[in-house]
Amino acid sequence: MTPPTALAFDTSAPWHLSEQVSLRDESFGALAYHHGTRRLVFLKSRELVDVVRRVGEFDSADAALDALVPAAERGRYVTALTSLVRSEILRG
Amino acid sequence: MAESSLRDRFERGLAAPICLTWELTYACNLACTHCLSSSGRRDSNELSTREAKALIDEIAAMQIFYINVGGGEPMIRRDFFELIEHAVDQHVGVKFSTNGTRIDQAAARRLASIDYLDIQISIDGADAPTSDRIRGTGSYDQARRAMDNLKAADFGQFKVSVVMTRESVEQLDDFEKLANHYGAELRLTRLRPSGRGVDVWEALHPTLEQNRRLYRWLLERPNVLTGDSFFHLSALGEPLSGLNLCGAGRVVCLIDPVGDVYACPFVIHDEFRAGNVRANGFQDVWQNSELFRSLREPGNAGACTSCGSYDACRGGCMAAKFFTGLEMSDPDPECVFGHGESALAAKKVLLRPTPSPDHSRRIPVSISAR
Repeated sequence: MTPPTALAFDTSAPWHLSEQVSLRDESFGALAYHHGTRRLVFLKSRELVDVVRRVGEFDSADAALDALVPAAERGRYVTALTSLVRSEILRG
Repeated sequence: MAESSLRDRFERGLAAPICLTWELTYACNLACTHCLSSSGRRDSNELSTREAKALIDEIAAMQIFYINVGGGEPMIRRDFFELIEHAVDQHVGVKFSTNGTRIDQAAARRLASIDYLDIQISIDGADAPTSDRIRGTGSYDQARRAMDNLKAADFGQFKVSVVMTRESVEQLDDFEKLANHYGAELRLTRLRPSGRGVDVWEALHPTLEQNRRLYRWLLERPNVLTGDSFFHLSALGEPLSGLNLCGAGRVVCLIDPVGDVYACPFVIHDEFRAGNVRANGFQDVWQNSELFRSLREPGNAGACTSCGSYDACRGGCMAAKFFTGLEMSDPDPECVFGHGESALAAKKVLLRPTPSPDHSRRIPVSISAR
């Protein structure tokens, strides 16, 4: 099994979609499956799926959120990404 | 974004199943009394290695993350390792259910060397007499030997899988101890009147009181896996962990050894057959079968309309109703408020469906220790 990683979400650091995760688009967003932890995670909006796919292109999560997400909704996205870091869908 | 709307989305179906069960063969060296697939003898029409590999390629293309492989006893197929290795090579995870009889030391080492592989070993009691009454003499010891071999081979975490019967439900704490002993996960599933299970269901399904205890036990242990099989118990209060819906044809389905696609692993019956993968592949069945389309229509609460708990249990399990002779609009036969029992009692004539495919052996099986 994958050892537990640091679970804090530092938005000033770079993050990317884990190589062990498969993403499948669905009408409500996407399903993410982590082959290591064997956990299935539901991403409940297309916009969130876009952020998860592209966050690795940016130098930091902050930069990704600046570019991809309306400022007013930033808090919601940080919450969602934090839970994805905790479930190891996103890696630092 | 609310959970309920996500559940509604699931009930309308997904691009591909979350959970695809594939029974590799009807051949089995055991003859469990509750076998869902009435297994025993191999079917001469089972998918060839080439066909099975093509199906795996299609599963990978559909981005189905993992498959639940079963049978029969899947390890009896000579190409078993070839097929599971073909799947994991394409990042299709494999979880397979086995009686463990074929997991000797060498097989355990080979299994331990494969990534993305998960194993469920079935027992039906926490001791040999209880388990063997269902699975056959010697089967419990062989399953324990398989667990010992996996542990010795450093396989990592496997699953101990138990069907909840009137007897095994009294041993919940012992199953937990056994799983802990191996560092394994415990998985409990519901006894269904499917396959040969219809012959033992009445005598062996847990009583209302046992189901209430099981519900409380599970609620305290969200880490115990259930494959979402006890959602009918969620009508007792707080929902159990899981999606709490009938996923048949919506998020789950079953492919049988001859390539027939059924709505779920518990309804191997003509009435729930959606098509065959040999015609135009699996994706065509998943997307276009009339049966699956109708299952994805909004459900009708039927007799449960006036029950305040319908949202919690959604009327229960389709297979449990069908094989006990209830209508889809009736309550689950194990409805926690007893409405199912009343519905069964009220039927003047109970027409149980005749089983469709039956691959049971015609002679009793005996297992020799190796």
